[in-house]
Amino acid sequence: MSNQLTKADGIRKRLENSNSLTAALLNGGPAVWLSCLVMGFGNIVAGQFIKGLMFFAIEVGFFYIMGTPIFVDAPSMTPHTGIEWIQLLPSLGDRVDGEIWNEDDFIYETVFGDRSQQILLYGVVFICICLAFIVIWRASVRSGYEAISNRRAGKKVLSFWGDIKALFDEKIHKLLMILPFMALIVFTVVPLVYMICMAFTNYSYSDSVPSTLNHFDWVGFDTFKQLFASGSALAEQFWSVLAWTLTWAFFATFLNFFLGTFVAIIINRPTTKLKGLWRTIMSITIAVPQFVSLLIIAKMFSDEGIIDKMLYNYGFVDESVRFMSKPVNAKVFVILINLWVGIPYTIMQVTGILKNIPADLYEAARIDGANAVQQFMNITLPYMIFVLTPYIITSFTGNINNFNVIFLLTGGGPPNMEVVSSAPAGHTDLLVTWLYNLSMQAQPKYNIAAVIGIFTFIVLAVLSLVTYRSSGSYKDEEGFK
Amino acid sequence: MAKKNSVGSLKAKRYTMDVIVHTFLIIIAIIWISPFAYLVAHSFRGGGNTTMYYSKFFPETFTFKHYQDLFTDKGLLDFPQMFMNTLKIACISCVISTFFVLSVSFAMSRLKWKLRRPYMNMAMVITLFPGFMSMTATYFLLKAFFGLDEHPERIHMALVICYCSGAGTGFYVMKGYMDTIPKALDEAAYLDGATKWQTFIKITLPLCKPMIVYQVITSFMGPWCDFIFCKLICRGSQDYYTVSVGLWSMLDMDKIDKWYTRFCAGSVMVAIPISILFIITQKFYQEAMSGSVKG
Repeated sequence: MSNQLTKADGIRKRLENSNSLTAALLNGGPAVWLSCLVMGFGNIVAGQFIKGLMFFAIEVGFFYIMGTPIFVDAPSMTPHTGIEWIQLLPSLGDRVDGEIWNEDDFIYETVFGDRSQQILLYGVVFICICLAFIVIWRASVRSGYEAISNRRAGKKVLSFWGDIKALFDEKIHKLLMILPFMALIVFTVVPLVYMICMAFTNYSYSDSVPSTLNHFDWVGFDTFKQLFASGSALAEQFWSVLAWTLTWAFFATFLNFFLGTFVAIIINRPTTKLKGLWRTIMSITIAVPQFVSLLIIAKMFSDEGIIDKMLYNYGFVDESVRFMSKPVNAKVFVILINLWVGIPYTIMQVTGILKNIPADLYEAARIDGANAVQQFMNITLPYMIFVLTPYIITSFTGNINNFNVIFLLTGGGPPNMEVVSSAPAGHTDLLVTWLYNLSMQAQPKYNIAAVIGIFTFIVLAVLSLVTYRSSGSYKDEEGFK
Repeated sequence: MAKKNSVGSLKAKRYTMDVIVHTFLIIIAIIWISPFAYLVAHSFRGGGNTTMYYSKFFPETFTFKHYQDLFTDKGLLDFPQMFMNTLKIACISCVISTFFVLSVSFAMSRLKWKLRRPYMNMAMVITLFPGFMSMTATYFLLKAFFGLDEHPERIHMALVICYCSGAGTGFYVMKGYMDTIPKALDEAAYLDGATKWQTFIKITLPLCKPMIVYQVITSFMGPWCDFIFCKLICRGSQDYYTVSVGLWSMLDMDKIDKWYTRFCAGSVMVAIPISILFIITQKFYQEAMSGSVKG
C-alpha cells in the first residue's frame, strides 16, 4: 500500500517538475519570457483571455499600490509609497517633529516627522504584499507556460469556465483554503511578525526627547539582555513573575487534577445517589461565561465585600481578611478559586475514563485484601495518569496562559512594592497578564511585552512539541483512514 | 453468628460512609452554587441600596426594578443596544467562521495536497503564541484598513473579522471528526462521477451534522464571552459595545455604586441563554464523539 503511494507521489512530482518555474523559463520561449514582465501575456497568447487579464490586473494593482502614497489616516502621518515604507524600515525613520516658519501667515507651523510604529507596521505589511506578489507572479508564469505548451502539443487549453469548474473539483483545496488562509495571514500572522520585530527595538515609554514612543530604533537583543541578565531590577521582576507563573501552573494543574479525580470517584461510587445532579451542579461553572462568574466572585471576596463582611459579622474574624490585597492571601486565593473553575472540567474528562478501567483489576485487588485507598493509589491513579498525561500537559500549558482567572480576579495585583523596575508587575501577575498590562497601560512597554510573548511561545512550543509528537493523533493520523 | 455480625458492621460502615460522602457532596454543591445564588438574589435586591456593600447574603426585600432599569434607563449605558449588537455580531461571525472551519477541516482531512502538512504545522505554531501579543497590532491594522477613527460604524465589521480570522487555526476538533468518516464513502461518490465539491456538500457535511451544530453554537458564544478584543477595538465608543464589555464597564469605579445590582441583573440575562446553549453543545458533542457512521 505504502509502496504504491510513494510511486504515485513520485509520478506526481515528476509531472509537477515539468511545470516548475525553471522548466517554464528553460522551455518556454519568448512568450513565456515576456509573461515574466507582463503577467498574463502567456495566457492571452494561448487563448485564456480572462485569466490573462486577471493576472495583468493584479500586476497593475501591485505597482499602483507600491508607487502611490497611501495610508494617510492621521494628520501626524506623512504619506509614503509602498516602496518608501520598505526603504524606511532599516532606519525606522529619522525625521523628528519640528516647526517651520510660514512666511505667508507669519506663524510657526508644526511639521510632523516620522512615526516609527507606523513605519514598522506598514513596512511589514508591504513586505508581505511583495511576497504575495512573488507567489502570484510565479503562478502566472507557470500557468502561462502550461497553457502555451498545451496549445503547442495540440491539447485543449482550459477555458475560463473550465478553470472555475476545476476549482470545484480537483483544485477544490484552493477554493476552500483561500479565504480562511488570507484571514489568518492578514490578521494573525502579519500582526505576529510585527510584534516579534518589536522585541528587537526600544519601542517603549521613556522620559527622553523625542519620545521613544514616536521614534524608536533597532536595538538588537538589548531588551532580551535587560530582561534575562541578572542584577537589573527588570530581570529580578521577570524571574519573580516567571517563578510565580510556574508555581501557579503547577498547583493549578495538579490540585485540579487530583481533587477533580477525587470528586469524580466519589460521585461515581456505586451507592452515591443523584449522580446526575451533582455533575450538573458542578458543570454550571463551565456553562456560565467566565467574565460573569469570576467578576462576581472577585466582588464577593473583595475588601468589604460580602464574604468579608459576613465573616466579620458572625465573629469569625476581628478585622478584614483582605483576600486579594495581601500578596500571600491573593496567591492562595487565586489558586483556590481556580479549583472552583477547574474541578468541573476535570470531572468531565475523568468520568468517562473511570468507567473504562477494567473491573477485574479492582476485583483482584479486593481479593488480595487491598482497601479503598490502596486501590486508588495503585490502580485508579496510575491508570488515570497513563491515559491523561497529554491532558495534564495541555492543561499545564493552558494554565501558564490562564489570562481570565488572574485578570478578572485580581488583575495581577496587589502591586509588588519591593521590586522597583521600569515594568512593574503585581504579585499574582502571570506572564500573559503582565504582557497585557505592559502593552495596555498608560506608559506602554511594547518591546518588553514582545520579549515576554516570545519567551512564553518558546516555553509552550517545547512543552507542546513533546506532547504533540508523542500523541497518537499525530503519529497515526492515517490510522483511521 | 460471627458472620452475621461482620455483615452488620460492614453495612453500618457502608452507611456511615454514604452519610459522609453525601454530606461532603452537599457542602461542595453549596460552594459551587453560592456565587450564582448570590448573583441571582442580588439582581432582585430590593431597597435603595444598589452598591456592592450589602452585608446580607440574601437581600431582605425583592424587586424587578433593576431589570426594568436595565432596559429602560439608556442614558449612560444602553443595555438593549448592546444586547442587539452582540446578537448581530455573534450571528454573522458564527456563520462565517463555521463556514471557514468546515472548509479548512475538509481540506485538511479529506484532500491530499502539497501544502497540507506545512499548513497544519503553521497553524499549530501560531496557536502557541499568546493571543494578546498580536492584539495591539491587529488593532492598528484594522484601524488603518477601515479608518475606525473616522468611521466608528465599521467597528462591528472589524470585530466580525477578528472573531472569524481565528477560524483558520481552530479546525482540530472538526478535522478529527471528519477523519473518522470512512474514506470509502468518498471513493464511492467519485466512482459515481461526483465532483469533490459535491462530495463535500452532499456526503461529508450531512455526516458532520452533530459537529456542525457544536461548531455553530461554540462560535456563536465567542462574541458573548469576549471582553478583551472588543474593549480594545471599541475604545470609548459605547454605542458599539457588546454585552460583555458593557457589563464589565458597569463595574468601573465611577459607575459601580449605582450599577452593581444592574450588573447582576444583566449578568443573569446573559448567563442564562449562554448556559443553555452550552448544555446543548455538550449534548451534540457527546453525540458526535460516539462516532460519525454508526453500525
